[in-house]
Amino acid sequence: MIESHLSLLMVVLPLLAAPIVAVLPNGRLPWAVSTLVSWSVFYLAAWQLMNVSTGHVISYELGGWAPPWGIEYRIDAVNALVALIVSGIAALTLPYALKSVTKEIPQQQHALFYAAFMLCLTGLLGIAQTGDIFNLFVFLEISSLSSYALISLGKKRQALTAAYQYLIMGTIGATFFIIGVGLLYAMTGTLNMADLAQRLPELYEHRTIHTAFAFIMVGFALKLALFPLHVWLPNAYTYAPMVVTIFLAATATKVAVYVMLRMVFTVFSVSFIENTPVDELFLLLCVMGILGMSFYAIYQKDSKRLLAYSSVAQIGYMVLGIGLGSVLGVTATLVHLFNHALMKGALFMAIGALVYRVGSSRLEHFSGLGKQMPWTFAAIVIGGLSLIGVPGTAGFISKWYLVLAAIEKQNWLIVAVILIGSLLAVAYVWKIIEVLYFKATDELEQKNITVKEAPLMLLIPMWVLVLANVYFGFNTELTVGTVEQAVKLLIPGVNE
Amino acid sequence: MMEIILEHYNYWLGVIIMMAGFYTVISRGNLVKKIVGLNIFQVSVFLFYISIGNVKGGAVPIIEKGITLYSNPLPHVLILTAIVVGVATTALGLALVVRIKEAYGTIEEDDIHNQDQSL
Repeated sequence: MIESHLSLLMVVLPLLAAPIVAVLPNGRLPWAVSTLVSWSVFYLAAWQLMNVSTGHVISYELGGWAPPWGIEYRIDAVNALVALIVSGIAALTLPYALKSVTKEIPQQQHALFYAAFMLCLTGLLGIAQTGDIFNLFVFLEISSLSSYALISLGKKRQALTAAYQYLIMGTIGATFFIIGVGLLYAMTGTLNMADLAQRLPELYEHRTIHTAFAFIMVGFALKLALFPLHVWLPNAYTYAPMVVTIFLAATATKVAVYVMLRMVFTVFSVSFIENTPVDELFLLLCVMGILGMSFYAIYQKDSKRLLAYSSVAQIGYMVLGIGLGSVLGVTATLVHLFNHALMKGALFMAIGALVYRVGSSRLEHFSGLGKQMPWTFAAIVIGGLSLIGVPGTAGFISKWYLVLAAIEKQNWLIVAVILIGSLLAVAYVWKIIEVLYFKATDELEQKNITVKEAPLMLLIPMWVLVLANVYFGFNTELTVGTVEQAVKLLIPGVNE
Repeated sequence: MMEIILEHYNYWLGVIIMMAGFYTVISRGNLVKKIVGLNIFQVSVFLFYISIGNVKGGAVPIIEKGITLYSNPLPHVLILTAIVVGVATTALGLALVVRIKEAYGTIEEDDIHNQDQSL
């Protein structure tokens, strides 16, 4: 019984920490408390994953109200994996934050910054844990509202307009989602995901259900920045403070992809999707997104924006797996969800280290830094290789499964797109590496101004993620093993 | 046809308000007007939820002797939460507009765009 309480504790802990952190005196204390909370949450998430990876499902009734009337937390391998990603990235980002935040955000805002960060963590973990779709909406808004505030703290004034733009689009997305939820409730009288899954099949022909599905899909396509609904993302990632970019890039869109998986495969089902144009639509948008956005990334002059466009393309790979709608496809989606968090986390942390020293994220200011900051440079190289999908890195594993899924469906166009996308990734990763290593050092450095390597507090979290990229490129037991377990739950009736 | 419209007038009203709000968000360049549009858009969803809670001939959901048919209170409770979320979104949105006004001296989208381009 105690185990299910711990699943709730994961969400409640950062929620309670938020107001406490907000009233703490500015200085190191808010940071220390947040870090402590994120580490304990990570510990709980790891423990939770161990518990459910055997196929066991934790069900927790909030306030003792039995589902489907009460809110239920239903943890299986899928939730547990997502919760692990979110809390793991938080646990690495916060140690990184100490130096980075001191540099980017005025001292008097630190307590509030960490409070908003804790709220964002609460929201994302809540989405991952809950088994009730209205509760999911509430957590979605907790995480969204706090991320708007976090993005607006960026140094440049464009951060404000980026946050505003995200607020408008994010709210439209969330509102679409509750319209869909309302329609589902009107038809079935339940909000519990498992219960919905049981009641929906007999209504599959009903037009209201199709409308509800469309609203939910468009709402979350906005949230996960599926091309062409991604317009908010590049600005938000470019102008947000570095720590926020790292955290959101590695978690927020991943959580939205998870919700889409849940909706498509748990609440609805493969047989429902097959009778809708959704799968073809997803494939079409993903193909356009992967090619278009990768191409766009090559022409960016700002390193953060470059990686942001690359993120939109990478989201294309994840949704591609959903669009393929097969066991292999969903495996690829979940594996890539995990691996992309690792590689984008590592890359943004490395960019953050450069920004920490140079004070700008524009590529022209990075000339020749590769030799001055070898550890950061090496992190970018390995992270970049993983992003491209070179064998021996985590990125390869997810691309491998995706290609397998496409071949299984005999969809050669998709196979070609995945490979071309990787080639384009080579081009944009090379662009960063070229500036860092092969560009002549500019005038500043000719006057003997040397740039020091990033401080250890930035290097350690960065390298943990870099090494994780390599580790999960060789040892796929944790990722693929857990994911296979998860896919069995998402697509039941799979003959092994 | 007329009957369908009249019988479900609350739903039709909801759709009209929804589209009016959504159109305002998309078409207006003034940041405050956009927030107002967003608010109207959200209100239509409140109306929709309140409508689906109504049971034909049902009484107010307070237990009383002799009444067997009640309206469904759950959507109303749900929308109470959504209203709170809406208030928070509006507050945050307006706070951002205030900060944008301080930073740019204008709240017109086109002017802001021009200022950022000229940098």
